[in-house]
Amino acid sequence: MSGNVLSETFDQQGIQQLEQRVAQLEAGALPNADNAFNPAISIILDGRYANFDDNSEGYHLPGFQLGGEAGVGETGFSLGHTEITASSNIDNYFFGKMTLAIAEHEGETEIELEEAFLQTLGLGSGVTLTLGRFFSDFGYLNKQHPHAWDFADAPLVYRAMMGNHLIDDGVQFLYLADSDMFLQFGAEAFRGSRFPAGGEQDNIGAWTAFVEFGDDIDDSNSWQAGISHWRADNIHREGGHGHDHGGGTAETPVFIGESNMSALDLVYKWAPNGNPVNKNFKLQFEYILRDEQGDVELEGSDPLESTSYDGEQTGWYLQGVYQFARQWRTGLRYDALSSDNRASDESVLEAAGLHDEGHDPRRISAMLEWVPTEFSRIRLQFNRDESTLVANNQWFVQYTVSMGSHGAHQF
Amino acid sequence: MHKVIKFIFVMAMFAYANMVNAQLNVFTCEPEWASLAKELGGEKIKVFSATTGLQDPHHIQARPSLLARARRADLLVCTGAELEIGWLPILLRKTANAEIQPGKPGNLMVTEYLSLKDKPDRLDRREGDMHAEGNPHVQTSPYNISKIALILLKRLQQIDAGNAAVYQNNYDDFIQRWQRAIARWEEEASVLRGKSLIVYHRNWGYMTDWLGLNVVAVIEPRPGIPPSSAYLSKIIKQMEVSPAKMIIHAAHQPAKASDWLSSKLAIKKVQLPFTVGGSKTAHDLFSLFDETIQLLVSGLQ
Repeated sequence: MSGNVLSETFDQQGIQQLEQRVAQLEAGALPNADNAFNPAISIILDGRYANFDDNSEGYHLPGFQLGGEAGVGETGFSLGHTEITASSNIDNYFFGKMTLAIAEHEGETEIELEEAFLQTLGLGSGVTLTLGRFFSDFGYLNKQHPHAWDFADAPLVYRAMMGNHLIDDGVQFLYLADSDMFLQFGAEAFRGSRFPAGGEQDNIGAWTAFVEFGDDIDDSNSWQAGISHWRADNIHREGGHGHDHGGGTAETPVFIGESNMSALDLVYKWAPNGNPVNKNFKLQFEYILRDEQGDVELEGSDPLESTSYDGEQTGWYLQGVYQFARQWRTGLRYDALSSDNRASDESVLEAAGLHDEGHDPRRISAMLEWVPTEFSRIRLQFNRDESTLVANNQWFVQYTVSMGSHGAHQF
Repeated sequence: MHKVIKFIFVMAMFAYANMVNAQLNVFTCEPEWASLAKELGGEKIKVFSATTGLQDPHHIQARPSLLARARRADLLVCTGAELEIGWLPILLRKTANAEIQPGKPGNLMVTEYLSLKDKPDRLDRREGDMHAEGNPHVQTSPYNISKIALILLKRLQQIDAGNAAVYQNNYDDFIQRWQRAIARWEEEASVLRGKSLIVYHRNWGYMTDWLGLNVVAVIEPRPGIPPSSAYLSKIIKQMEVSPAKMIIHAAHQPAKASDWLSSKLAIKKVQLPFTVGGSKTAHDLFSLFDETIQLLVSGLQ
């Protein structure tokens, strides 16, 4: 009798334990302890086929010194940025994110650390600090990764003035004001060794300040505007396209001096009743003005050729993107640049590629996208590119997909 | 000098008076939680909803106005279960508002308090928009609303202890009216029990379970993927064997496929509000269910 009672109790306990374990398993509550705190990981695959009327090498924008990742890209089949991103809350104080971009340059696979930063979490009073390497808040498009762009290439003004992207190492301070309307102030201090700054810096080499504001007009319409400024005082910037004088040795233009950039950006979005799933429209405009003062040298010339330099450059683009069906988007973009660069020695200016050659670069682009889901996109793009002296028709077919953790719907 | 000190003093008094009378700022991700918060908070709270009943809460962006509103929020009430995964995490980070971060009393994700249906056995994006934690559209059953009302009451009382009694009174009043309303809806909906229907998107699970409705086909082949004509003709074939009484879809979902199927099959298409603000009449939780039941019953005729 007593034996029976015992085994019955044991059985009941056993069954209870088993039921608990089943419940835990069903709830997915028993992850491998080592992996339980893995960061969210996402991978972006980007590939394209490009066809240009004019295939000649040595792309250069008259009046601008190119650097960073600026260029028209390769023709034929190629891969763009393959990105690996890991992000996670570090503890209750910090959020962390790292992005690696893998790309091929002249036959060699390069890994670039695009972002590696920590950011305060809920510091309070609307204040957020970011430390590390991050995309500057200068302008509007700069915060977005290339895979989030609406076109296969960066606007000309980003290509000309920022090497596609203003990325640097430093610290960012953001203050979100306590108001009904969105109003945010920010400032950044950077090392300033990366394009369009450059050279060895032992202190703050570049800094920015910006203000952003925006609101909803009604359920269907919303907008955002921003004014930003970037400045670097002690630049030693190499790069760009030096004209070969036929002497055989290549000369590299070097800019030594200070640079100021000011930007205005406007973004307007519409979706019927604020539901963008089937139809929406986005209008985006940015205008950037740059003023540079210092000297330009032609490194590699003998004797060293140099000139005093006063550069004034502007650039803007206007683009509209319309999603006309659940899986289809189309867009138009117009780009324009102009420069008024002065030098004591015009021949050095010309040799450095900083002379406008009587041409204001411009480009018009049209695209059509098939977006089957939030995670994949196939794009057809045509550029009538008059950024150089020779007009060029450019075609792109591009795919961009994201795998892993869900991306963010930024405005 | 005297005047300056006096001015500062008066301003400080104003600021203090403002703080004392300050309403609790409640930020909700969906309009159903805004409506529930209004029932429990009454005049003690100020409610802002990030989405309206005509929007798909998965697909909106962390737009400027939401950042400004969330910055001021004392309490955030959202569905959770990855419904807002595209914009809520970034919104929370960007607002720098310590009170509404995950784990704080000011952060309420309602699905953490409910057992969710339709949890996928297998996670694969081939299957469309997956909700790994299960079906997040919990507001389609009034019993879920009752459960969340109690959770929300506790949170309001925790955050704003000074008005605890007011919240309790509002809750008691609400839950009484709510239970009477449930009894009424169940009586009205008794004719629906066992009836078959087609849904546009699989987001009515809690309601169809509650009313004993039978979902025989889904117009979207996979969640979030629009149907092809081949897929629609498959549904038509299937209907020859087991016919459905009506097609239901939410206001924010595309109507084209539902309309086409409805005319082909000669059955009614019923556009349900799905949530508060999903139709002109559904202006709060009570009218939402009033209208839903009424539309479903009329769909049978």
